[in-house]
Amino acid sequence: MSTLKIENLHVEVGDKEILKGLNLEVKTGEVHAIMGPNGNGKSTLLSTIMGHPKYIVTQGSITLDDQDVLAMSVDERARAGLFLGMQYPQEIPGITNSDFLRAAINAKRDEPISLFKFIRMLDKNIEELGMDENLAHRYLNEGFSGGEKKRNEILQMKLLQPRFALLDEIDSGLDVDALRVVAEAINSMRSDDFGCIMVSHYERMFELVKPTHVHVLVQGQIVMSGGYELVEKIDQDGYEWVKELGYEWEQNERQPIILEACGKKESLK
Amino acid sequence: MATKNLDIPTTHIDYDFKDEDVSVFKTPKGLNEDIVREISAIKNEPEWMLEYRLKSLKCFLEKPMPTWGVDLSQMNFDEYTYYNRPSDRLSDKWDEVPETIKNTFDKLGIPEAEQKFLAGASAQYESEVVYHNMLEEVKEKGVIFLDIDSGLREYPEIFKKYFDTVIPYNDNKFSALNGAVWSGGSFIYVPPGVKLDKPLQSYFRINSERMAQFERTLIIVDKGSDIHYVEGCTAPSYSKDSLHAGVVEIVVLEGAKCRYTTIQNWSKNIYNLVTQRAKVAKNGSMEWVDGNIGSAVTMKYPTCILAGEGAKGTCITIAVADSHQILDSGAKMIHLAPHTSSQIISKSISRNGGKVNYRGLVRHQKNATGAKSKVECDTLILDEKSTSDTVPTNMMMNNESIIEHEATVSKVSEDQLFYLMSRGLTKEQATEMIVMGFIEPFSRELPMEYAVELNQLIKLDMGENSIG
Repeated sequence: MSTLKIENLHVEVGDKEILKGLNLEVKTGEVHAIMGPNGNGKSTLLSTIMGHPKYIVTQGSITLDDQDVLAMSVDERARAGLFLGMQYPQEIPGITNSDFLRAAINAKRDEPISLFKFIRMLDKNIEELGMDENLAHRYLNEGFSGGEKKRNEILQMKLLQPRFALLDEIDSGLDVDALRVVAEAINSMRSDDFGCIMVSHYERMFELVKPTHVHVLVQGQIVMSGGYELVEKIDQDGYEWVKELGYEWEQNERQPIILEACGKKESLK
Repeated sequence: MATKNLDIPTTHIDYDFKDEDVSVFKTPKGLNEDIVREISAIKNEPEWMLEYRLKSLKCFLEKPMPTWGVDLSQMNFDEYTYYNRPSDRLSDKWDEVPETIKNTFDKLGIPEAEQKFLAGASAQYESEVVYHNMLEEVKEKGVIFLDIDSGLREYPEIFKKYFDTVIPYNDNKFSALNGAVWSGGSFIYVPPGVKLDKPLQSYFRINSERMAQFERTLIIVDKGSDIHYVEGCTAPSYSKDSLHAGVVEIVVLEGAKCRYTTIQNWSKNIYNLVTQRAKVAKNGSMEWVDGNIGSAVTMKYPTCILAGEGAKGTCITIAVADSHQILDSGAKMIHLAPHTSSQIISKSISRNGGKVNYRGLVRHQKNATGAKSKVECDTLILDEKSTSDTVPTNMMMNNESIIEHEATVSKVSEDQLFYLMSRGLTKEQATEMIVMGFIEPFSRELPMEYAVELNQLIKLDMGENSIG
């Protein structure tokens, strides 16, 4: 069993402090849902764990078992078993998906994977994820639809078999069928050797991938933790009730939550 | 990519090897009329060629150094050797090639490449072709593929008809120099209506200190024919300056198509000053695929003169400038006739303080009504020390043609690096991947073994210094 432990984490972007003393402990075998209004630090948390250079840690620690994650470069974190499924995956022109995937798999191995084994593994996963067969030969994320990019993130997760997956709005841009496929893929990863932190706005996602722990992140801190009942409450009542508990945050009017086909079950009120 | 089966050297040492000097004959350093006469005499040339060399020499001595582009004032023409012949005879069997020369080619992977892909190889070692082999297909179809000396000797009429017609000796100082001392190179004549499925290929390198190489290539693709000629060079590293001033003349006749692919990887002390030009007749098509990795200084602008209606010109070029390199390259498209079209795609990379320039010219003459051109130049600068300039010149002499021009200059993006590294690739691997992707529009145009070699060469350099 492994533990990813975040203690008193303070993170700045530019000169603005986004995370203000966040604590979180995730063990393999667990799936943690992070919910909260936009602009409160959910994506910042995941990107910081992975080591994006834009996010500056000013205080606190992140450890993976006894390893100091903050002392590691991004690629070392990946090889140690962390994986970030990104909200906006980058496009890399001129590099085929399959060349990239093979390089990524080999980065974690001492001996390169045999071509035959790789192709078999790739084909199987592409089929399971209901992806376009040509995808392997297309350039990495270039010209992919939003949904294709997200599925490609999940494909990478499945091939790289991380110990902890950090999934940042992996459900946005997916239609109902695609959401089901992606959820199945995440569920298929669940085991005693796999932990997950998921950020999503949608109850639907968490209905398909049932979290073991649910956290509400407001103003750079986790203000409430619980079980699945928290997802249901947020789905019904939104976040206004959190304010009644004494927490305030700036409403960012310019970034409305865009509900897609797989959004709330309840109609918008 | 199936790189596994190809025997590609993986360290710098492999590319910097040097064999013993096996030259049978070479002229003393420096250039004068006696040396030019001597070269012509050794080659048993006809009188007209000696006269041509002498008038070229005169022109070379009279013309001033170019004052644009790269500063060439450090060059000392007395320091070079202008003729160097490695072996007495031409061999048409690989077995007969001298052992040391063969070793060199072995290290470059020539025989494997040949077996797999090549229709014929004319491998130039120092100044003369020592190995020449043509596959049956090429011979059967009546294609003439010879070293240029044999071309002059065996096909004097074709030779004389086209030689100097695309690039006259007095075009520039270095074409004049080449006219005076040219030696080695290829002569290709493709009869009308012949299509070759496989590329013709030549491979050569400079192997003698301060040895100058002045190869001359003449290619004539007759009506309706279609060929792809591939030329590649790698050179070992030396401490003294060396000079390469080649001339490549291509005549594309009506409805014919020619693709000329080259990747130069001269060692980083060589002045590479090359004139490459094609004249394209009605409905003909010329494609330059031009890679520049090596040399201290390169000035090279493959040119298409689109002389007949409907003629088409393409140039896809990359330049990768590392420390102490100035690569000034690009393309020229001269439209002389109606409905001609051209495209230039240029990809430039500079790193470790290197300087890479795109310099191009698109000119639509008065008669080139309905002409279309598209120019796309992208530059990737990998660190703060490196620089790049884009110097495009677009000229339109009529009101009924179109030139499109797009240019981008970028750095490797932080987000792209983060994305790749978050999958476990090191910063070097991630950068390399982004660079490989950037040049992919070029490398996909190459025959497979060349693409593999190009990637390998660029990776060798990438490995040395981490970026940023």
